Amino acid sequence: MKARVHVMLKNGVLDPQGEAVRHALGAMGFDKVTGVRQGKVIDLELADGATEADVTEMCEKLLANTVIERYEIELV
Amino acid sequence: MRAAVVVFPGSNCDRDLAVAFEQAGFDVTMVWHKDASLPAGLDIVGVPGGFSYGDYLRCGAIAAQSPICKAVVEHTERGGYAIGVCNGFQILTETGILPGALLRNAGLKYICKTVGLKVATSDSAFTQGYNAGDVIGIPIAHHDGNYYADDKTLAMLRDQDRVAFTYAENPNGSRGDIAGILSENRRVLGMMPHPERAADVGHGGTDGAALFRALAGVLTPA
Repeated sequence: MKARVHVMLKNGVLDPQGEAVRHALGAMGFDKVTGVRQGKVIDLELADGATEADVTEMCEKLLANTVIERYEIELV
Repeated sequence: MRAAVVVFPGSNCDRDLAVAFEQAGFDVTMVWHKDASLPAGLDIVGVPGGFSYGDYLRCGAIAAQSPICKAVVEHTERGGYAIGVCNGFQILTETGILPGALLRNAGLKYICKTVGLKVATSDSAFTQGYNAGDVIGIPIAHHDGNYYADDKTLAMLRDQDRVAFTYAENPNGSRGDIAGILSENRRVLGMMPHPERAADVGHGGTDGAALFRALAGVLTPA
């Protein structure tokens, strides 16, 4: 089984990198971009028997910092 | 008095921190990240600056899960003293010992310079050598020093007088200009600026030395 974890900064937490990308896109002439948020995608290769609950625990304990980030798990 | 300084792969302020402790009169033991326990009879543990484990995933995230950090958490839960500087502050927030998190600097640049730091409280073993309101010159050197906590946490820190230092001029976007905070029992300090880099005349400034001298006066082992 594979799992894909998306980690994004929570809404309301400033994302300076996303802002820099937005400015760059604007400077390149892409004037219809009103906001950019940048995050991470983490792909996990899992052995048989692994469950979504295991992945949730991984996210809570290490993959995301829930003080500033939210995560979504996609089982593939 | 005994201090331990944790050494992670990628730590680069560990020896500076050890020297600052030594100059204040501590016997210092360096502790490797794979060790599962701290020396017995320890008065304080220092978590140094640097780039632990390459700062992969998030600054301090991997270090916070290391065997020695479990011992550091237990030490603080017993009421032991600890100081985390720069990457050490990031690690202490990642372990949950201190609230909040350190984000990328608002201006996106790595900043390395001496800044004015306002002592927000003198009510702690770390800051009692200063007067509240003093502005001291301490170097910062970080890319991810932008302190973030939600409104509720910020209000709690203020209500409990747990903001130790604020920036005189906010260099990195930190909420509330926060540069350093204390734990609820006031025995753990996390701060982005480097007092150990302003602790000897050879550093070009000695404003940080009072922090280590003050600690030497009051500690009790845990």
